[in-house]
Amino acid sequence: MTFNDVFNNLNRLFGREKSGETAKERLRLVLMSDHLSLAPDMVEAMKRDLVEVVSRYVEVDRDKIDVRFEHQDSVFAMLANVPIISVNRTPSPPAGPPRRRRRKKRLAQQNGQAPPQSTINPAPAT
Amino acid sequence: MLPLRQPFDVAHDDAQANAAQTSGAPLTLGRAIVVTSGKGGVGKTTTTANLGVALAKRGAKVALVDADVGLRNLDILMGLESRVRHHVLDVLEEKVELNEALVRDKNFPNLFLLAAAQSREKDEVDTESMRDLIEELREQFDYVLIDCPAGIEMGFTNAVVGAQEAIVVCTPEVSAVRDVDRVVGLLGNAFSPQLIINRVRPHLVHKGKMLSVEDVNSILRLPLLGVIADEPDVIVSTNKGEPLALRTDTATAKAYHTIAARIAGEDVPAPMVEYKETFMDKLGSLLGGRR
Repeated sequence: MTFNDVFNNLNRLFGREKSGETAKERLRLVLMSDHLSLAPDMVEAMKRDLVEVVSRYVEVDRDKIDVRFEHQDSVFAMLANVPIISVNRTPSPPAGPPRRRRRKKRLAQQNGQAPPQSTINPAPAT
Repeated sequence: MLPLRQPFDVAHDDAQANAAQTSGAPLTLGRAIVVTSGKGGVGKTTTTANLGVALAKRGAKVALVDADVGLRNLDILMGLESRVRHHVLDVLEEKVELNEALVRDKNFPNLFLLAAAQSREKDEVDTESMRDLIEELREQFDYVLIDCPAGIEMGFTNAVVGAQEAIVVCTPEVSAVRDVDRVVGLLGNAFSPQLIINRVRPHLVHKGKMLSVEDVNSILRLPLLGVIADEPDVIVSTNKGEPLALRTDTATAKAYHTIAARIAGEDVPAPMVEYKETFMDKLGSLLGGRR
């Protein structure tokens, strides 16, 4: 129990809880989710772009992609479940700031070895 | 015979005589305004009744239409329940003439009620006929206030079909704000919805225990017509069937009159509610209560 929790509980005990703030926060989150569910076009477009970006690096199972929006305590989160079929060995990043390569990877390449695979844990397809 | 302008008379009447009668409102058609909210129990009917009285008190010809078919209440709030003989469905089904179904108010000869059918269902209302009915009323009245049922189904559709403007009633509650947000989305770009925030308890807002007017409207972002406090006299007026706006001396009554003035186009500030520190609050803060 953090100090904040103790403080809140004490306030609740003495009837000084500012539940108006709670109401405001809940309202903000619920409306965000309402508006998203009312704008399926936007969600679809977002999903399409997301797949496009991820596909530059890994081959994904486009038919099994699942994007959801959920309340998690005090945040509203987008949860994307993207099943990965295989990893592209030569990713084609879009033009942008140069990526910093890991020292370990660079060293491995200098020694003529295959670079270590980054650990990707594909979430089980639902 | 009811003292109503007949639809057919309009074209033949002297324009000036009519303009004088209608207290400056446009001669052609009156304004049909739907009072809606999505959620039930936020005070749509109370608002309709009081705004009707307040507009009538200003001299305008006002028709109140109860579109809550199956659950009629506007007649009770107006204290006219014993005078209702026919209802909106009787008119829509052409069993009676519109003027036969209109019930005149006890206090204002220029205020009329068209009651909803109590023993019928919302789905029985034909949307096109409802649109025609509201237009017919607009030919005779300066204002046609439509009391919308809760929900967003057929009852809602039928209540808004004839309206050009909307007043949305919201209370400072999460559920009510959410529903208003949805209803405003359904209304789309039409109806230029304006907001009344009802049942505000300034004392609770001050203590941070209730959403404030700013909180509500920072989310809804609608033009604010006014704020009504949650006062015991609202319940008393419901008990008696005498809308608060019949009086002019209480803060709530004044707020309704100011809102009516704003609807009529007067440039007056929106009525707000103020927090007044009571003796108990002072005592509480003296005793070290953190607020």
